[in-house]
Amino acid sequence: MSPIRSVFRSLGKDGALIAYTMGGDPDIETTERVVDALIAGGADIIELGVPFSDPIADGKSIQEAAVRSLAAGTKPSDILGVVARLKKKHSTPIAIMTYYNILYSPGLDRFLSEAKKAGVDALIVPDLPLDETEDYSRLARKYSLDTILMAAPTTSPARMKSLVRHSTGFLYLVSLLGVTGARSQLGDETLKLVKEAKRVTRGKIPLGVGFGISKPEHVRAVLAAGADAVIVGSSIVNMVSSGKPTAAMLKDVENYARTLKTATKTGGSNQT
Amino acid sequence: MGEDYPKKGRFGRYGGQFIPETLVPAVQELEKAYLRLRRDASFKRELAHLLADYAGRPTPLYLASNLTESAGGAKVYLKREDLLHSGAHKINNTLGQALLAKKMGKPRVIAETGAGQHGVATAMACAVLGLKAEVYMGSEDIERQKLNVFRMRLLGTEVHSVDSGSRTLKDAINEALRDWVTNLRDTYYIIGSVVGPHPYPVIVRDFQSVIGVEIKRQMKSKEGRLPDAVVACVGGGSNAMGTFHPFVDDRDVKLYGVEAGGTGRGRSAATLVEGREGVLHGMLTYLLQDRDGQVASTESISAGLDYPGVGPEHSFLKDSGRAQYVSASDDEAVKAFHLLSRKEGIIPALESSHAVSYAVKLAGRMKRDENVVVTLSGRGDKDVQIIAKRAGLEI
Repeated sequence: MSPIRSVFRSLGKDGALIAYTMGGDPDIETTERVVDALIAGGADIIELGVPFSDPIADGKSIQEAAVRSLAAGTKPSDILGVVARLKKKHSTPIAIMTYYNILYSPGLDRFLSEAKKAGVDALIVPDLPLDETEDYSRLARKYSLDTILMAAPTTSPARMKSLVRHSTGFLYLVSLLGVTGARSQLGDETLKLVKEAKRVTRGKIPLGVGFGISKPEHVRAVLAAGADAVIVGSSIVNMVSSGKPTAAMLKDVENYARTLKTATKTGGSNQT
Repeated sequence: MGEDYPKKGRFGRYGGQFIPETLVPAVQELEKAYLRLRRDASFKRELAHLLADYAGRPTPLYLASNLTESAGGAKVYLKREDLLHSGAHKINNTLGQALLAKKMGKPRVIAETGAGQHGVATAMACAVLGLKAEVYMGSEDIERQKLNVFRMRLLGTEVHSVDSGSRTLKDAINEALRDWVTNLRDTYYIIGSVVGPHPYPVIVRDFQSVIGVEIKRQMKSKEGRLPDAVVACVGGGSNAMGTFHPFVDDRDVKLYGVEAGGTGRGRSAATLVEGREGVLHGMLTYLLQDRDGQVASTESISAGLDYPGVGPEHSFLKDSGRAQYVSASDDEAVKAFHLLSRKEGIIPALESSHAVSYAVKLAGRMKRDENVVVTLSGRGDKDVQIIAKRAGLEI
């Protein structure tokens, strides 16, 4: 069983908190400390962004984080380096989120083998839909990396079934039509999607819901609708770039993760 | 319209659909609609009517005698897409796609634009067909193509300034894709070149193939035979693909694509000449990128060629050797701009000037009884300020 699946198993009825931060924003040393803070706050799985020059699935927050990271000179190898350092300290699974050209350009086999060597557990590639995953999936299997595919509100039930067949780790539900970014309210469409996905997948694979999730009440609502995990990204990225002194920012990040983690617990959560 | 349809959207290994899952059903819906409508008699009739009576097709094939004389070799013919309504070939595609949008029941249209020619052509097609249009344009391009921005606004189109990345065409496409992923239920995305996820490279090629089809017919009637070479500029590559496509099986006709050489290697937009394969904007194709796969910023005097990718079918034609790709520098393009203006009384777009520049060189190396056709993709009114500024003049 992959480390990511083990996390879901060990959580039982509680939901998992998957926390995202952009690698190298504002620099690689800070990224390591942000991840430490997220894990201290209770994040169950870490999603680490590798910046790409043209992030078409991302809204302003993550786009700008990528710009800052690239301006600081971050290379994909720097992010694999931070993964290796984090893995020495934590057992928390780490997924890399990036765009396909970052994998394709140096050579798919080379990138995946280096990712595996660094301790990466999974990859999330928003511009690699199921139909284009043949080469990628073969290599991901070769290196025992989880393939996390995405499903969207536009995905048909038939397609959802094949996504489930080809996904390992968890299935990433894109909660809305649009790009990443914190939203103040959760749409009806999101809860509908979660319920529909639950019906189609019938527990065969954990469901993680991302895009627009930023508040404890969002977390409780999607978990109540049947999701197994929430993915929170842009609001963390906004916190990292708030301009506060690093120590205060890290405290904010940790406290924020703790608040979200509390909301994922079935027993201990305050249902107010 | 072209008859061949690539399996799984691949030209050799190039092309594909590297897009977010959310968009997959949208491109499938588009493909289904297109495959039905490309054979639909009333759709074809309606488009033919618009192309003829609204846009002004067929465009002339003009024997440029003075240019021929100064080249000192093969006869040079100009395919006058610059005479089309809107001033460029882009309208061949926008009329086709806007009509598709209308038949698909999508009331809102979005588009990206570089030089603004595709934006203007989209604005016109949407105005005449009663669709609402919004165009994304990089803020640097807005600055250098003010005239076209104002034209779009006059035509009732909303222009959104894009401030991210290099603030040029590539970033405008990113932003249009982000809009599409958000509004795909009521929105049709009119891509302006033979780029993007399948089926766009096919759709745009088919709508632009009218250029090559006419060249073929016109050369047969003027010279009694096919040209020896055809030349077109390549940014994304739509006028070139439209020019080349009907000639691909005529092995004796040489195909030349001319990219923007900018101010030198590494400071250009010459994707096929200088790049290597990668994935951007939904397609696997040649790309200007660094060692890590970050897309490079490009440099060209012409906003319309200032793009780090290229249509996947061009990548295929390059690798197969069927077409040859070369580049012309900013200086060479400007020289050709002046040459055509003085010799023939035709002010070409800076994009097209790249093709003219190479065609003159090529013709000079060819025999007098041979023929070269250059696609003059657009007229140069939009560029006169750039030319003036370069000469240190205020207009």
